[in-house]
Amino acid sequence: MTFTFVRRFALAAVLLAAVAALSLAVGARPLGPPEVWRGLTDPGTDAYTVVHQMRLPRTLLGLVVGAALGLAGALMQSLTRNPLGDPGLLGINVGAAAAVVTGISFLGVTSFAGYVWLAFAGAGVVAVLLYGIGGGRGATPARLALAGAAVNAALYAYVSAVELLDTASLDRMRFWTVGSLAAAQTSTVQKVTPFVLVGVVLALALARPLNALAMGDDTARALGARPALVRGAGIVAVTLLCGAATAACGPIVFLGLMVPHLVRAVVGPDLRLLLPYSALAAPVLMLVADVLGRVVARPSEVQVGVLTVVLGGPFFLYFVRRRKAAAL
Amino acid sequence: MNPIRTRADSPWGRGVGLRVGGLSWRVSPRALVVAVVFAVVAVVVSVVSIGGGDYPMSFGEVVRALAGRGDASTDFIVNQLRLPRAVTALAVGAALGLAGALFQSLSRNPLGSPDLLGFTQGSATGVLVATVLAGGSGLGLAVGAVTGGVLTGVLIVLLVGRNGAHGQRLVLVGVGVAAILTGVNGYLLTKAQITDAARAVLWLTGSLDGRDWKQATPVLVMLAIAVAVTASCGRALRTIELGDEGARALGVPVDRVRGALLAVAVLLASLAAAAAGPVSFVALTAPQLARRLTRSSGPNALPAACLGAALLAAADLAGQRLVPGHQLPVGVVTGLLGGGYLIWLLTTERKAGRL
Repeated sequence: MTFTFVRRFALAAVLLAAVAALSLAVGARPLGPPEVWRGLTDPGTDAYTVVHQMRLPRTLLGLVVGAALGLAGALMQSLTRNPLGDPGLLGINVGAAAAVVTGISFLGVTSFAGYVWLAFAGAGVVAVLLYGIGGGRGATPARLALAGAAVNAALYAYVSAVELLDTASLDRMRFWTVGSLAAAQTSTVQKVTPFVLVGVVLALALARPLNALAMGDDTARALGARPALVRGAGIVAVTLLCGAATAACGPIVFLGLMVPHLVRAVVGPDLRLLLPYSALAAPVLMLVADVLGRVVARPSEVQVGVLTVVLGGPFFLYFVRRRKAAAL
Repeated sequence: MNPIRTRADSPWGRGVGLRVGGLSWRVSPRALVVAVVFAVVAVVVSVVSIGGGDYPMSFGEVVRALAGRGDASTDFIVNQLRLPRAVTALAVGAALGLAGALFQSLSRNPLGSPDLLGFTQGSATGVLVATVLAGGSGLGLAVGAVTGGVLTGVLIVLLVGRNGAHGQRLVLVGVGVAAILTGVNGYLLTKAQITDAARAVLWLTGSLDGRDWKQATPVLVMLAIAVAVTASCGRALRTIELGDEGARALGVPVDRVRGALLAVAVLLASLAAAAAGPVSFVALTAPQLARRLTRSSGPNALPAACLGAALLAAADLAGQRLVPGHQLPVGVVTGLLGGGYLIWLLTTERKAGRL
């Protein structure tokens, strides 16, 4: 047990480091491994500018946002007891986006600090709303997916209405609403990281009580967990993670759906393992998608949000098809 | 337990036989009344909508101009400028209502509407591809919308498989396809020139602005075909709702009827999207409201079509008047209203334990 744990953890860490290095090396000006190293350490070279100005913030943001979304997905699936609980699919990310768009257009918010709080508000409202409409833990996957589709559609209509009334913001927002890491800056990374950290700590602390909750409320109570408190804290954690991720790089769908399923296939359903591994595996996928996006459509780029959809959508369809309707 | 008495016990709800020569139909007076009332509402709302604008006209003036008895200027404004938009609204609304009724009946699912199943997003993808590749001329948009919608239909049918056309799987596959296409659409939007992008976003929300007869005609033609097909298949469709085996035993060619109606519904939805953009939720709400108002089972095709026309005309009017100084596209109004309605529907269906 401990041996496999160490091995798997080391494997995940090595994979993450490799993908991060790849993300530093690949781009409009490809860098070899020695150049990447010089770029990280030697301030005199061209490579230093490329790495520090462009690729390092982008990679770090990818790591932070990926971890946040993977963890949020795993939490959401556990909270709703629903295999399709993805914050993007359920409209939580669009809720954050709608709040940010409102801020940009009507309240004249321009700073990232402003975005973040608006995104939290939007994500929180939608999370609570969904929990209510979906029927809480009694919801079937189809109900929850539909409630998400409804919220998505209504908020999407609102976002496009705002964009239409204000062409100047459309030009900025059409890139942001796809979900992209291209505009990452060091300051964004610095501002988003504390919120994600709080979310991560809260989520990991919930692993044990959520495990108890998976056996039903009565058993959980007997085991000393307080269901209402745990669920409330879980929603706060999801809101923090999704709100921060969305404020930083726009709504990204399917990452939070895919990663926990892939991880669960390897480590099993125990949340004490599932949550940390999801947080490690999701940034790997996020960075791979981002690196692919830089390569596939040279000389231009495909946004990472598009690639997570293109990679994650078929996964979702496969998942739906493989299971019998009754099992869902 | 009290004995359950339903409205269907009276001829008012159940319907009466109507016989002309060798042909006979069963007509439900209640459904007929609902259809007529909403047809009248749709026309009245359209007349009010024609009367509004930079050059306001009274109800009477508009009606006189429509009858060809107005003076030259009102005649020009009403018949050349504003009538095409109003007719497009009515045709698109009716097409969406009818398509929604067919989809919901065929999938035996109150949520099986083209916007939740991804057809509208598919049409949007087609239009965006046309915009990015060809700069988006009128004909290109229409061809793109129809191609995208039909291809999405084929894809969904293939993914769902033969036996899963009803139940949760259809809805889940639809939601997945819709999410993928939304992402692809967002990408295509970033590839377009900013002027094209602004026009594409306007189209994507669903708008009736500046529509003329070129947009209205294909929808009207398709609507006529669809009404004829639906009328001839209505009885078979009602039987299929009871189950495939039962319908086959009663002599209904199930696969043929379903294929024909599915094709009609997809074409209706795509042509409506080509004319006005993917106007959301009308196809979902109109048949549901129709079913509640007529209190009868079955597809309720005619009432749904009339209700759809009334809904879209009213939403367009609201979009024009709601924000002074701005014209909100009709799709925004239906999106906000319809999203709220869907949430309400989900909540009540849960309370009733049906979902």
